[in-house]
Amino acid sequence: MKKMKSAYLLAVLAMLLVFATACGNKNNEGASTDGNKDGKKASGSIVISGSSAMQPLVAAAAEQFTQENPDADIQVQAGGSGTGLSQVAEGAVKIGNSDVFAEEKEGIPADKLKDHQVAVVGMSAAVNPEVGIKDISKKDLIKVFTGKVKNWKELGGKDQKIALINRPDSSGTRATFVKYALDGNAPVEGAATEDSSNTVQKLIKETPGAIGYLAFSYFTDNSGVTPLSIDGVKPTDENVQTGKFPIWAYEHSYTKGEPKGLEKQFLDYLMSDEIQNKLVPDQGYIPASKMEVKRDAQGKITKK
Amino acid sequence: MDNKTMTASQRLLKKSNKSLLQMELRGKSIVLISALIIITATISITIFLGTKGLQAFFNNGVSLYEFLTSTNWNPTNAESPAYGAVPFIVGSFAVTFLSALIAAPLGIGGAIFMTEIAPSWGKKILQPVIELLVGIPSVVYGFIGLSVLVPFLRDSVGGQGFSLLAGMIVLSIMILPTVTSIATDAMSSLPKGLRESSYAIGATRWQTIWRVLIPAAMPTLLTAVVLGMARAFGEALAVQMVIGNVRTLPSAITDPSATLTTIITLNMGHTTFGSVENNVLWSLALILLAMSFIFIILIRYLSSRRQF
Repeated sequence: MKKMKSAYLLAVLAMLLVFATACGNKNNEGASTDGNKDGKKASGSIVISGSSAMQPLVAAAAEQFTQENPDADIQVQAGGSGTGLSQVAEGAVKIGNSDVFAEEKEGIPADKLKDHQVAVVGMSAAVNPEVGIKDISKKDLIKVFTGKVKNWKELGGKDQKIALINRPDSSGTRATFVKYALDGNAPVEGAATEDSSNTVQKLIKETPGAIGYLAFSYFTDNSGVTPLSIDGVKPTDENVQTGKFPIWAYEHSYTKGEPKGLEKQFLDYLMSDEIQNKLVPDQGYIPASKMEVKRDAQGKITKK
Repeated sequence: MDNKTMTASQRLLKKSNKSLLQMELRGKSIVLISALIIITATISITIFLGTKGLQAFFNNGVSLYEFLTSTNWNPTNAESPAYGAVPFIVGSFAVTFLSALIAAPLGIGGAIFMTEIAPSWGKKILQPVIELLVGIPSVVYGFIGLSVLVPFLRDSVGGQGFSLLAGMIVLSIMILPTVTSIATDAMSSLPKGLRESSYAIGATRWQTIWRVLIPAAMPTLLTAVVLGMARAFGEALAVQMVIGNVRTLPSAITDPSATLTTIITLNMGHTTFGSVENNVLWSLALILLAMSFIFIILIRYLSSRRQF
């Protein structure tokens, strides 16, 4: 009898599962056919993929855009910069978001892709507040990350062992930090390697003696981490805009060739004052239009 | 209303023989198609992973010997990239065996408790608890590990908390339900005669369990442990959150480490399709697949030795 009961329960669960999946499929189909129908009118639908750091910004912009243009359907997926670049190069998506220049990634035909620099993200090293350091010279920062200095005491801080929080090898944030903060010196393996910025922030906050690197948007008043000034230059938007603070990267949106139709409309919208002056700073980025310096794929900096 | 008063013969013999045959054929083809889909899915995944995983060695010139013997992993270094997967292979095996070491006695002990010691109330309490453990998603295990276990280990055993030890504890709880439920099935499927004859010749309950029942159920108990290990080997998310993902070889159980799965999940999204960095990740996945085949062969061998 008991067996029967559990078998019955299992059957009901299985049916629920099938039903739920079936519903999910139906919804998806509905969305895509709607998009196609709209395509005949004027606006159509596009899929954007790539950098998970950029996803919130682009998704928020897409939501505003589709509110103003109800006929357009824009889907923003996050899969990582590499995925975004690969998919836009293959033509699988219309726009690929990336934290790094396409030239810096192997196997991407960078000459076939058109770069649209949507925003700038500043980042800096951040430490656990107990460490007692607010400013660090670039030389010392390199020493910390290459394992030559092992205790904060040696840099005038608390007697605490340094715990490095790294990012994965292939991460764009790590590439930017290594290039512009560590002058290309590869960091040693530390306490932990984590991908998501939220996890890194949590770890720095909770681990005694921890140091990691985060985008400016994670340096809020109640973030529980202390952002470091580098060579006395504070990590602020203004210092990045004037080119005084060295660690920053573009947030790129790549299209295959010149954008047309809805892609062009949406990219123009991203560069419009409405987005650049409101949404971009709200999300913790620096508007690309406000930058006073320019940087090319080789890292060369020129005045605008 | 008339339908209700239909007799059994009317209901059953309503259709002609021809349509019965058709139904028979239809049923057969549905079942056959399901089986074919499952088989093709497995074969195509194997072929896909095989070709993708070997590309790094044939197209990009990564040395297989270096891949399997070097401890230096540095695929993004532009001047001298290094592709030594040993730290991750060691890490994967270490957490798998260590977690099995904890989960096996606990799971088998629980199974004996449920079947031999307290079959009525013990099963009533333990069974739902075990089923609940299965239902908790791995991300929740990882998050609890990250928020509770890691700080606890940092304060009590030293180090940074991210360690093989943390991964081992999280994984052993995750595979406990697998081990326990299969071990319970193994114990309860033993013929009653075994217990009765053991008691009849004067053995105590513990002697019966230790000398008769466990040896008799041994092949299935081992299958339970191997299935648990297979799950531990493939788990990515929960382990990634507590193990530290450091690409150096761990020298102690409190050292941070990395496994094959965590390196794949951390890097896959950032790399571009077809690049060496991406291809070596597929090679790591191929090792995972090869290992799961070995686990399956082991399970087949063990179940061929089942006596009950």
